[in-house]
Amino acid sequence: MSIVIEHMTKSFDGTSVLRGIDLTIESGELVALLGPSGSGKTTLLKIIAGLDWPDAGGLRVHGADWLHLAAQDRRIGFVFQHYALFPHMTVRDNIAFGLTVRPRAERPGKAVIAAKVNQLLEFLQIGHLGDRYPTQLSGGQRQRVALGRALAIEPTVLLLDEPFGALDAAVRRDLRAWLREVHDETGSTTIFVTHDQEEAFELADRVVVMGEGRIEQIGNADQIHDHPASPFVARFMGATIELPVMLNAGRTEAQGLDASRLQRRALPDGPGTLFLRPADVTPLADPSGRWQIVRRTSNGALLRLELTDGAQHFGIDLPRRAPEAQGLSPGARVNLRPEAGTIFPGPRTSQPTAATTEFPRKEKSL
Amino acid sequence: MTAAAAIKPKRVLPGFSLSLGTTLLYVALVILIPVIALVLKGAEIGPARFWAIIAAPRTLAALRVTLTAAALATVFNAFYGLLMAWVLTRYDFPGKRILDALMDIPFALPTAVAGISLTALYSANGWFGAPLTGAGINVVYTLGGVILAMTFTSIPFVVRAIQPVLEDLDPAMEQAAMTLGARPFAIFRRVVLPAILPAWLAGSTVAFARSLGEFGAVVFIAGNLPFKTEIAALLAFIRLEEYDYQGAAAIALVLLLFALILLMISNLIQFRAARHLEAR
Repeated sequence: MSIVIEHMTKSFDGTSVLRGIDLTIESGELVALLGPSGSGKTTLLKIIAGLDWPDAGGLRVHGADWLHLAAQDRRIGFVFQHYALFPHMTVRDNIAFGLTVRPRAERPGKAVIAAKVNQLLEFLQIGHLGDRYPTQLSGGQRQRVALGRALAIEPTVLLLDEPFGALDAAVRRDLRAWLREVHDETGSTTIFVTHDQEEAFELADRVVVMGEGRIEQIGNADQIHDHPASPFVARFMGATIELPVMLNAGRTEAQGLDASRLQRRALPDGPGTLFLRPADVTPLADPSGRWQIVRRTSNGALLRLELTDGAQHFGIDLPRRAPEAQGLSPGARVNLRPEAGTIFPGPRTSQPTAATTEFPRKEKSL
Repeated sequence: MTAAAAIKPKRVLPGFSLSLGTTLLYVALVILIPVIALVLKGAEIGPARFWAIIAAPRTLAALRVTLTAAALATVFNAFYGLLMAWVLTRYDFPGKRILDALMDIPFALPTAVAGISLTALYSANGWFGAPLTGAGINVVYTLGGVILAMTFTSIPFVVRAIQPVLEDLDPAMEQAAMTLGARPFAIFRRVVLPAILPAWLAGSTVAFARSLGEFGAVVFIAGNLPFKTEIAALLAFIRLEEYDYQGAAAIALVLLLFALILLMISNLIQFRAARHLEAR
């Protein structure tokens, strides 16, 4: 079941939430929609589910136009962040709901439904919980039931909205591996929404990074990590340091910067911005260096140095036992040698912190 | 809950014993003692005399009128109240807050005022009464009038019982049902209704209890014809006027019994519903 999304736009009360989404998802793929809150990822998921409708654009699944299908007729499995289980039904009845609610003519017999539910309970490793009520279950167990309920109708597409967002870290890791198994065994096309990079990269075949209603980049962990397609992605992937530099014949130049480890890039000469992760920078002690250390903290394994050159203030991380770390105390001056980084042409733009980018700002044209 | 108790939160009211004592005193003086006095008064009568009062044709007729009218008013209010609560929680429209506030008028309005205004509207020369009389329908001085007055004063109990439950209902639950293929009616019947049913039944039960005891609004519009539109509360009042304290107490006791039974049913419904929903 390939899913083709074309030129999709959507706005709420004049605020654009989706600004032209084009995306094709192949049959059997496990895709993550990754982005900060307000990036439109959940809206996109709900549109695929039929729980929301776009202002314009197309949605075709295996050739059929889904925008003319009600949610009920799409046969999708949708898993909500807060489970949305029916509290007055047992686990068994919850899972059976999608089957028992069918019109009498299409409804499988009681025995068939019971067998199907039993099979799912075993498959989801919650066989012993069948007769409990949702409130008697832990968060992880509830999410398993929610997935079971979605799988019972043998969905063409499985959609998960921040499925592990309400769970604690250990349960999360556990369920992540388990969801991958479920996906591989059922062979369904699966799309899940998350704001957790680790989760997206570990679980998905492909990650779609979204920001402010647009698709910023599609790829796997290494591609997106090493070659962010835009300043937005670079920031979202943790590049919190943005240094103004000059580009000269593909070389990066700036005062106090040893760019020897950076690859030459085919970019036009002129001003540019170098995006760096705090851990990808080596400080080089130099009495006449550009940056001064204003603060030094340690968590035992990593040192964090707060640097300033008067105009800009940022922090870098390095292993505490690294040879370069010796003698770096507040007041000392350093130059920097980036080990890896990404350059985008153009002067440094305003810097919304990627992780906290709120609702997309209004834009006149779409 | 249990963890919080261990920390001993700072109390707002001074002293547990003082605040509990005041509360108990109030309950005793204002609620319990009158009820006990009524029961004792009834007990004085003796079973044979008690039965004679209750089984008297006029008393039976009054009780029948009261129960019939209250039951019909409650059935009407149960459905209309559900609709009202649904509209108030599910839709946004101009004037919604005003409508919401209007729902409290029957609570706030003196019931006599309600009775007088209803009588004025539905009397033979009133706004509604004139065309209705023309069509051959009499409201004033009939069982219809009694039902109307009871409906008016008890509707908020249903609306206000359902409203908060409906507001708290997670919309994701209905969306989940939708993705699982449930049509709107199936979603209502299998997802929404079970969630609001306890509140709905409890609200309707309280509305029923309130209708049984309704006096002020009813006496104006009912005409109070013995055997036809005379309600039990009025008959008790009439007996009191006649210095027939035993007669009044016996009828009041029957009403009290009905109210207590209904209150028990209401609590039982909520208790049963809370069993597997409490941790939510």
